[in-house]
Formats: sequence, structure tokens, C-alpha cells
Amino acid sequence: MTGIMTYGVYIPRYRIKIEEITKVWGGNPDEIRNGLGVFEKSVPDLDEDAATIAVEAARNALMRRHLSPHEIGAVYVGSESHPYAVKPTACTVGEAISATPMMTAADYEFACKAGTAAIQTCMGLVKSGMIKYGLAIGSDVSQGAPSDALEYTAAAGGAAFFIGNDDPIAAIHHTCSYTTDTPDFWRREGQDYPRHGGRFTGEPGYFRHVQGAVNRIFQETGKSPKDYTYAVFHQPNAKFPQRVAKILGFSPEQIKPGLVVPHLGNTYSGSSMIGLAATLDIAKPGERIFVCSFGSGAGSDAFDIEVTDAIEGPDFKLSAGPSVQDLLKNPVYLEYALYAKHKGKIVMQR
Amino acid sequence: MSVARFWRKIPQRYNLIGTKCLTCGRYFYPPRTFCPLCRRDGKIVEHEFSGRGKVITFTVIRSSSDQFEHLTPYVLAIIELEEGSRVTAQVVTSPEEIKIGMQVKRIFRKISTDGESGVIHYGTKFTPL
Ligand SMILES: [Zn+2]
Repeated sequence: MTGIMTYGVYIPRYRIKIEEITKVWGGNPDEIRNGLGVFEKSVPDLDEDAATIAVEAARNALMRRHLSPHEIGAVYVGSESHPYAVKPTACTVGEAISATPMMTAADYEFACKAGTAAIQTCMGLVKSGMIKYGLAIGSDVSQGAPSDALEYTAAAGGAAFFIGNDDPIAAIHHTCSYTTDTPDFWRREGQDYPRHGGRFTGEPGYFRHVQGAVNRIFQETGKSPKDYTYAVFHQPNAKFPQRVAKILGFSPEQIKPGLVVPHLGNTYSGSSMIGLAATLDIAKPGERIFVCSFGSGAGSDAFDIEVTDAIEGPDFKLSAGPSVQDLLKNPVYLEYALYAKHKGKIVMQR
Repeated sequence: MSVARFWRKIPQRYNLIGTKCLTCGRYFYPPRTFCPLCRRDGKIVEHEFSGRGKVITFTVIRSSSDQFEHLTPYVLAIIELEEGSRVTAQVVTSPEEIKIGMQVKRIFRKISTDGESGVIHYGTKFTPL
């Protein structure tokens, strides 16, 4: 039985509220909050990036369950904000959890779904017997250009999932994907900020691909929304996942524990994975979790997950690592000027 | 710092890898290959520090070299690791919050970057528990 051995999350301590951004760029904060369903978003510290967030998430996972570093055979980090254009984040993470050198590693990039693609890769390597444990991470310090609509939601955070088949806390029964070449959102090499197709991002991007993957996995598994206790969808804002859940027949109660975007923002590669982590934080043995990510460009990965008795077993200690709700507590709110410094939006004299 | 010098120190910077003398039980960070107390009787092995410790003393840096200027004001402290060796490191907290005796734990952060195109140096800082 292949599944999640342990998981961990990291969210920086800083936040900025929507009204602090509208103060600078104009716009009605109530309209924006209502339109997006987002109130504030996380901001990285001056010395944090996608690599430091990935390391903290991986270490938080290992605090909950000890896995021998020598048995971790693969590390994949998904991000659209890798610190280097050439030099893998995954090697830094591997070193920081002492899994090097007997491991394979690579960085993934697929907008907001690179981390779930890493989970699929680890599942394949574990199922084939090539490795014992694989580490899949989604981590981002995502960027929205100043005054662009993305600036209200582009946030920082990450989640790490160790995949194995040796008494997992949650079995991943099935996964499948739906992928096309769709220019809904992109960033060219050497550009600081991404661009998006405006209204084009919704229907042909998010909704087509999420529904495509969900319909495919339901066909392949014979399951339907009523078979699940919880569901998690990629959350670029609060409206898209709520709408797609309704279209597909999931209830607001099913998506509630995993809908973390209102006080976190969109953590891109971390988004659906932090949603899954928040759901696992409260899930009980036997409960079934549906997950569907989305990455612009575009594609979706769907997962059929069932929590096992091991989540309450002697090898796994949930409280040894911070829960998503713990990490959302006690934020430090920034004003726009300090936020701009944190995000490197101020060009300094060199 | 040269790329090679940084690279050689990655294990101690990322994971607080030091050493321990099995003969007398003392811990060393940065790692020593020779126990000054036991001398030839010392038996030195590698040890990964837990990363928990307490603040022995601290200073608030308000004016710094160009490389760290963007972090000012920041807290630099001498931390006694729970195994009993001392390190100097940044504590990520506000100058108002830091106190002598404060319990801290390790965190993984960017320490410095070699300009716009050079290597990023990652390593260990501390934060209040
Ligand atoms: Zn000794």
C-alpha cells in the first residue's frame, strides 16, 4: 500500500492585509476581499526563499515521524520560484535532511501543481521498488507584479510529503492527471513577474483541467463525491475551489478544513498540498480525502486518499510538528513599504 | 567567502554537525578532531546537535557591512546548545523580544548571497522556541 508516511508544512510568520495593498494602488478593499474571498496573505522574511521553506517543511515532517535519512532515495521540489535558474533546490533540501549522497533529485516546475507532480513521481518510484521513501515538496515565494491583480494573493509557504509503502498514515489508492498546452499564465526566462491571460485564466484553465482530472479519476475508480469525507482543490483564491466543488457535487463542509487561502493567500506549488496537510491535521482513520491540484500551462493531478490507523499509531506523532492552524496563528502584519522590501520589490543602488 | 570554503562547511552550517569526545563526553562546535582535555586518550566521533539551546548574551546590530545592511536591526547572539557547546548566530526575532536565557531552536535560512549572480549561502539561524 503506497501512501503518505509523514508530512510537514511551513508558512512564514509575516502577513499583509488586502487593505494595506489597496492603500497604495487604489481599489476598494471590500470589493477585492469579496471578489477573491482572501483577507490577507503570507510574506517571506528577508532571508527566506523557496529553498528555506522547503527545508523547514521537510524537517517538520521528520519531527512527526523518524525515517532513516539513508532510506530516502529521492527528493523532488516543485516551485515556480526556485532560488537558482540552474542549480537544484532539491540538492539543498537533501543535504539539509542528511539524505545525500545516495539519492536521486530534481526540481520540478509546473506553475501551481509541480508539487503534486512530485508526489506522483515518488509513488511510481516507490511502487516499482526503486526507492524506499521519496520526498515530494511544493514550495513557493510567489511573485505578483506591483499593482497587478496577482499581488493580492501571491503568497509564501510550502508542504512536504514523504511517500512510501511501509505503514503509511494515508494510502493513496489512485492518481491520474489531465494536461493540455494552454497559455493561461506564464513567465518568460529572465522576467521577474509572471503574466496571465486575464479572464482567460478561469474557464479554459482552472475549470476545464480540474473537471477533466476529476471526471477521469471518478471514471477510473467508480467513486463519486459522496464517497469522500473531505475534498481539497487548488486555491488561487477562495472562489474558484468553492465554485468547482459545487459544480462537481462536493459540499461546502467537505472542502472547509482544506480551504486555507482566506488567511494565507495562494502559495502556488504549496497551495493544494497545504490544503491536504490542513485536512490530514484533523482527519481520522478510515476517512477519505479527495485532492485535485491545478497548474497553469495547464494541468491537474487528482488523488484518491484514505487515512489509515497509522495516523494514530506509535510511529507517528502529529503534535510533534506544527499544524497548519498553528502556523497561521500569531502573524506579524507588515505595512506595504516593509512588504516591498521583504519581497525584493525595491530596486537598490548597487 | 570562496565557493570551495563554503562547500566544505555545508554539513556543519546546514545541520550543526560537530563532534563529541567519547572519553570525557564533551561536545565541540565547530567540530574539533582533537580533545584538548583528553589529548591522546580522546576518542572523537561526529555529532549532530539537536539545535535547541539558550541565549547566553546578545547584541543588536544596527549598522552593518553592505552584505547584511538590509537585515538591520538584527540580533546576533551567543547560544549555548543543549549539549553544551557555544555558537554565535543570528536570532530571528525583534530587538525588543530578545532576552538573555531565552530558549531558542535552529532554523534554516539564507545567510548571505555573493552579489546578484554568485552563490547563495544557506545555513543555520535561531528563533525563539
Ligand atoms: Zn575528551
